[in-house]
Amino acid sequence: MADSGVVTVYGNGAIYETTKKSPFSVKVGLAQMLRGGVIMDVVTPEQARIAEEAGACAVMALERVPADIRSQGGVARMSDPQLIKQIKNSVTIPVMAKARIGHFVEAQILEAIGVDYVDESEVLTLADEQNHINKHNFRVPFVCGCRNLGEALRRIREGAAMIRTKGEAGTGNVVEAVRHVRSVMGDIRVLRNMDDDEVFTFAKKMAAPYDLVMQTKQLGRLPVVQFAAGGVATPADAALMMQLGCDGVFVGSGVFKSGDPVRRARAIVQAVTNYSDPDILAEVSCGLGEAMVGINLNDDKVERYANRSE
Amino acid sequence: MVVGVLALQGSFNEHIAALRRLGVKGVEIRKPEQLDNVSSLIIPGGESTTMAKLAEFHKLFPALREFVKMGKPVWGTCAGLIFLADKAVGQKLGGQELVGGLDCTVHRNFFGSQIQSFEADISVPELASKEGGPETFRGVFIRAPAVLEVGPEVEVLADYPVPSNKVLYSSSTVEIQEENSTPGEKVIVAVKQGNLLGTVFHPELTADTRWHSYFLKMAREVGDGASSSIVVVGEEDPGLNQQPKIDLPVFQ
Repeated sequence: MADSGVVTVYGNGAIYETTKKSPFSVKVGLAQMLRGGVIMDVVTPEQARIAEEAGACAVMALERVPADIRSQGGVARMSDPQLIKQIKNSVTIPVMAKARIGHFVEAQILEAIGVDYVDESEVLTLADEQNHINKHNFRVPFVCGCRNLGEALRRIREGAAMIRTKGEAGTGNVVEAVRHVRSVMGDIRVLRNMDDDEVFTFAKKMAAPYDLVMQTKQLGRLPVVQFAAGGVATPADAALMMQLGCDGVFVGSGVFKSGDPVRRARAIVQAVTNYSDPDILAEVSCGLGEAMVGINLNDDKVERYANRSE
Repeated sequence: MVVGVLALQGSFNEHIAALRRLGVKGVEIRKPEQLDNVSSLIIPGGESTTMAKLAEFHKLFPALREFVKMGKPVWGTCAGLIFLADKAVGQKLGGQELVGGLDCTVHRNFFGSQIQSFEADISVPELASKEGGPETFRGVFIRAPAVLEVGPEVEVLADYPVPSNKVLYSSSTVEIQEENSTPGEKVIVAVKQGNLLGTVFHPELTADTRWHSYFLKMAREVGDGASSSIVVVGEEDPGLNQQPKIDLPVFQ
């Protein structure tokens, strides 16, 4: 082959699918089945069962929820695979797990134990400050966080099959998630009305791959499912994210750090399905007990997880 | 003609998009009253446990069972098929409520978790003879169930071979009601019983609209002219978020 003088361009599958074994459509397909649903963080099999009973469409298995990572500090790494396996065996819904940004071996381990989705998460301590994982090398699909459209498209080009906003995880404060969703949606609105000739410069400014920017322009939305995450604590928060245009919601510390997790989980699931019906939203918001206390982001000492990676 | 699509969770937008491509209006169904305005129903893919919980909250099960009993056409894809089945194996602890009507036993998450999800060309002779097009259909199987056995009145429209050394999905905490759930060499992946249609794969994730037009033909045979001429499609949600969701692309 080398002597024939023909050079293979893009041989490693980053642009073209060289193998049909794990087509991108199958990876995105599971995310499409999660649309309109709520994905909850759980740390024990019991919590996972509560989430399934409440109607969660998937669970995120971890050792510590983001609120605890904040309060306890230290290095946050991938959870013990045994815990993840236990959680996987306790429910019939999909199970996701987090890997550190850039830590492709943690992702390999998670793929080996059969999780349904890997979250390359800024909530865990970064393993690689310059690069993310090349997600095309994996059969398991990945979900990645973003703060703006450029970041979302960069992750998609790396192979992410689902995008979530970063928000500020573990704070119970939805302001950052709203900021990020509005940024992505706003940029898409600008893009939709833009002259085609101006897209080259727009892509350069956003530091995003031109082909994906054009695809986004033509579609009028991100080419993958987009969920909201980071600080959702009440049914109203969840419905807000849905009305802003997200396809679904991640709820992390918001459920199991609240006063009555069972009721709150169920209420958030119902809020996401009926996000544009204020009567139902009012009904499910009644009598939920205490929400998680949360952190006000005006305090400079609060570490911004969302800014850890680009 | 208006087709209802159960919009509790899952791929209802994808189904509505496919219907739109065929020139048919799809209406989101979340409440029992809305079922009165449609003559056929699609139950989309998604998480069947989530949909069951939400259906309970909305008191949809009696209305859905009534809809099926009246003989109106209903199509369930993946989770929707689980809803329609009379019996489901591999349920979560505590079980889940089903609508029932399709005389078959379905095994949830038969092929395993996401890593085992796949795409395959399945042979669909019945569909090809009614709708034309190639003899095979690109089936997208996402954590798909499989139909283990069917009753006498059920027509098998497609099946899929299972490798013989495959380990069946099982877990100590999940209720498996069958003693030996050995499926033999093939499992059934598409069924039809009267006006009920069920597929374990997701036609709404592909550009091939033959299954949708097959279902629409079923709906048209039953549908009457007079009552559907004035269609009140239920109360539109008052002024909030009227923009329709923009479709996701279909990855070939």
